Amino acid sequence: MSNVATLFLARAVVAVLLLALVSASLPGMIAPAQAVSADEQLSDPALEVRARNLMREVRCVVCQAQSIGESDAGIAVDLRHLIRAQVAAGASDDQIRQFLVDRYGDFILFKPPFKAETAVLWIGPFVVLLTGFGLLVWFFRRRRTIAAPAALDPEETRRVARALDDSGIADLERGSST
Amino acid sequence: MRRLIFLVPLLVVVLLAVLFWRGLDPARNPASLNSALIGKSVPAFALAGLTPGAPGLTAADLKGQVTVLNFFASWCAPCRAEHPLLMELARDPNLRVVGITYKDEPAKSAAFLAELGDPFAAIGADETGRVGIDFGLTGVPETYVIDRDGIIRYRLAQPLDSARLEQEIRPLLADLAS
Repeated sequence: MSNVATLFLARAVVAVLLLALVSASLPGMIAPAQAVSADEQLSDPALEVRARNLMREVRCVVCQAQSIGESDAGIAVDLRHLIRAQVAAGASDDQIRQFLVDRYGDFILFKPPFKAETAVLWIGPFVVLLTGFGLLVWFFRRRRTIAAPAALDPEETRRVARALDDSGIADLERGSST
Repeated sequence: MRRLIFLVPLLVVVLLAVLFWRGLDPARNPASLNSALIGKSVPAFALAGLTPGAPGLTAADLKGQVTVLNFFASWCAPCRAEHPLLMELARDPNLRVVGITYKDEPAKSAAFLAELGDPFAAIGADETGRVGIDFGLTGVPETYVIDRDGIIRYRLAQPLDSARLEQEIRPLLADLAS
C-alpha cells in the first residue's frame, strides 16, 4: 500500500472515532439525561414534570454533588416521594423549596437565594471579572506609553552623533555604502 | 514602586494558599454544616414506641430537661460504634438521653438495644423516616442537644467520638444544665 493510501486510511479512522465520540456525548449535551429514577410517578404528566424539575434543583444531603433526582440514597428517595406528594397536594414550587430550606438550610438548593449571606457568592465572580478587566485596560494603556519613546532633543542628537563618530561605526557605514 | 509588580504573582499564590487552607478546614466541610434547626424549637412529632405498650416519644417530651436526642438504627454500623458513649452519657443525672430509631423494624431496634444495653429514657420509632426529614436528618447516627425550652442547640451529623463528647458536647450540656 502506498504512503498516501496509509495516511488517508489513518485519517479516516481517526475521523470516524472522533465522530463516534461526539455523537455518543451529544444526546447528553442536547437533552440532559432523564436521570430521575423511575419510582412511582404522578399520574398527571404536568405535575410529574414539575416534581422532576424540583428534584433537579435539590441537593442530595448524603452525596452532595448529586441532585436528589439522580441519587439512590435513602433520603433522596424519601425526598422524591415527599416532593411528589406535595406537588400532588397542590403546594407551589416555592412552598416546597421553603419546606426543604426550613429543614436543611439553603445548602439543599443548588441555586441558593440572593440575600446578605449569599451576596458574595452571587456578586463575587462579577467583581473579579471587572477587576481583571480593569487591570488589563490599565496594563495595555501603560504599555502604549512605554512603547512610544519621546523624540530626541537637539542635545541628545548631538551626543548620539558624537558617539557614532568616536566608535567609527558612522565611518564604517559610510564606507560600506560606497 | 514599579519593581513591586513582580510581587503580585507571589501575592496571588499566597492568597490562594490561604483560601485553600481555609477551605480545607474540617470545620468548613459542607458535610458537617450546621443544622438549619439550630436555635429553633424541635419540630412537632409523635412517635410510637418499639413495642405496642411502650410510651413512645413526642416533641413535648423534649421540654423541661436538657436532652440528648440520638437517631439510630440497628442496620447502622457506626451507631454500634458510638453506642458505648451514649451509655456513658446516660449515667449523667443532669440530662436525659432519648432515642429515635430511623427506618428500622422495631423488633430489630429492640434486639440491638438488648444486645448493647439501652441508654434511652424514652424511644420513638420513625419507621418511615418522615420525622427524620423534619429534623433535617442527613443519615444515622445523628445526635442533637436540646435545651429545657425544647430549642435545638447542637447537632452532630456523624458518630459520637470521645474527643467531641468531651470538648463540644459536655461543656454545652454543663452550660445548659446550669
